[in-house]
Amino acid sequence: MSLLIASNIQNNPKYLELVHRRNTLGWTLSAIVCIMYFGFTLMIAYAPDILTNPIAPGSVIPMGMLLGLGVIVASCATTGIYVYIANKTFDPIIAEIVREASK
Amino acid sequence: MKIFKTVYSAMLTLSLLFVSTLSYAVDAPAAAPAAAVPAAAPPLNWHAIIMFLIFVGITLVITYWAATHTKTATDFYAAGRGVTGLQNGMAIAGDYMSAASFLGIAALVYFNGFYGLIFSVGWLVGWPIILFLVAERLRNLGKYTYADVVSFRLQQKPIRIMAAISSLIVVIWYLIGQAVGAGQLLHTLVPQMSYKLSIVIVGVLIILYVTLGGMKATTWVQIIKAGLLLGGASCMAFGVMYHEGFSFAKLFSDAVALHPKGIKIMQSVVPIGAKANPIESISLGLTLMFGTAGLPHILMRFFTTTDSKAARKSVLYGTCFIGYFYILTFIIGFGAIILVANNPEYVVNVTKSVLDLKGGGSMPAIYLSHAIGGNFFLGFIAAVAFATILAVVSGLTLAGASALSHDIYASVIMKGKADEKKEVWVSKMSVIGLGILAVLLGIAFEKQNVAYIVALTFSIAACTNFPVLVLSVFWKGLTTRGAVLGGYTGIFGSIGLLVIGPTVWTKVLGNGPAIFPYDFPTFVVLPLVLIVAYVASVTDGSESAKKERAAFDAQMIRAETGLGAEAAAEH
Repeated sequence: MSLLIASNIQNNPKYLELVHRRNTLGWTLSAIVCIMYFGFTLMIAYAPDILTNPIAPGSVIPMGMLLGLGVIVASCATTGIYVYIANKTFDPIIAEIVREASK
Repeated sequence: MKIFKTVYSAMLTLSLLFVSTLSYAVDAPAAAPAAAVPAAAPPLNWHAIIMFLIFVGITLVITYWAATHTKTATDFYAAGRGVTGLQNGMAIAGDYMSAASFLGIAALVYFNGFYGLIFSVGWLVGWPIILFLVAERLRNLGKYTYADVVSFRLQQKPIRIMAAISSLIVVIWYLIGQAVGAGQLLHTLVPQMSYKLSIVIVGVLIILYVTLGGMKATTWVQIIKAGLLLGGASCMAFGVMYHEGFSFAKLFSDAVALHPKGIKIMQSVVPIGAKANPIESISLGLTLMFGTAGLPHILMRFFTTTDSKAARKSVLYGTCFIGYFYILTFIIGFGAIILVANNPEYVVNVTKSVLDLKGGGSMPAIYLSHAIGGNFFLGFIAAVAFATILAVVSGLTLAGASALSHDIYASVIMKGKADEKKEVWVSKMSVIGLGILAVLLGIAFEKQNVAYIVALTFSIAACTNFPVLVLSVFWKGLTTRGAVLGGYTGIFGSIGLLVIGPTVWTKVLGNGPAIFPYDFPTFVVLPLVLIVAYVASVTDGSESAKKERAAFDAQMIRAETGLGAEAAAEH
């Protein structure tokens, strides 16, 4: 990649927008997954009662089972959200940046 | 090339040896059907051996195909970058879902109930992080190993050496764990085959797959294995739910009623009977999450996709397959409490303990398959478990060999001027070397306590590979000095604290109370690595550091847009 193309891209507002949007999305979703998972982990560490209480009186199923499954499902869901947004909005911007840079 | 001929004839000899040992294993019971199979062991399972042979046959055909299509280094290391998102997602699942997580999580649930879910969750949550932060950037920046990415704008030699050391430690210990597991599993399932022979078969097969077929063969072995494992586990979970009238309420209440620990299996967030240890729980969580995102054989898979879009999609598929699989193992574990515990056919002595199984603690899932589908299904699941080990070991061996050939030989010794054919040759030799090493270590560690292997491999991955990779991609200020000092802090900090921790210091070495009271050192080492990398980078005023910081913008353009990224091979 020549320096000229590099500086062209760096000053392209579309590139700045791409970086900004992808970083915002990536770090926000990472934070969400970390908060969910470490919330779950902190409950294991400091408030196991919340996890071991049954989901309903008389049931043997503990709350933690639902929350754990919830984290698994949410992990799949957040990856789905990222891929959906990236396919829909990032790829077209990337294609434009590449096209403009190689002009 | 003469040397290739030698290798080829060696391979041929090995494969003949392999076929003859297998036919021996098949012939022996045929000649003496009533031979003295020890009463305590499961009866010799024809179904397992035949299905295993079918799997091996198919994978060897694929390896032959892959070998004829593997010409360049890119073919060998990265399957010609022709792997689609869905294929890579399956291969990721096949690379990651080890026999340890299949048999191990089912066994954890069988003995401890709900507690097993904590591991499943921890082993899954690294995947979203891989997608959000590293997958696309890895594909755009790297060639064959994650060290390509870290050394993109930093100095080749020190970075590659550090990355290769951490990769090799992770790979070799992971291999030992897999080899020991393979030997025990196969020996238990087919008692006529000794522990050593079982490991040798694994070693010979993976050397064949990887040297001849490279990443193409490895990828397809992993894809087929993932399909078999997901299918087999689905059938087992279906069988359990059918037995329980498709009611989760009934599944869990029956399990509580039948388990000797009763309702405790729903109320313990640590192994039943262990003391709660909040710091350890948090450190375990950190290790599982970030360790996943730093495993060299996992990171390597992203270089095989056609482009960064396929890399991105593959994580979604992979995460969904793995998440689904963990939910299945949870059902399988509870199903085993209902259908395997208390059954004199599987339990050593029902009057003593209803949980203590013939063949050891990793057998609940295997026996459950027998309880559900008889010998045929047991044979299928046993063959799947074995295929699982082969697929994981292939991926690991290739990752280790790449660290040796691409990072050490081509980049450090030959300073990037290695002949491509020679580099691939070095890689194949490394595969053979690692394969033999894995066999020898697997045999040496037969009677050893290997309980610390997960902590060791995941800690180094979480404290070295992951932080160094993320810093190099996102932080302009990172310099060679910061990355190298941070990396070594992660490697030696993890190993040091593990050695003086409870498992190694007290249980393995028998030195009395541990100096460092936690099994998982990540909560200390990871922050330390970040601090060391930060301080060593910002205080680095050298000329090369200035250049490295200045090169960040160009690196970022390539990482974000894929301009200049390695293209897919055209064939």
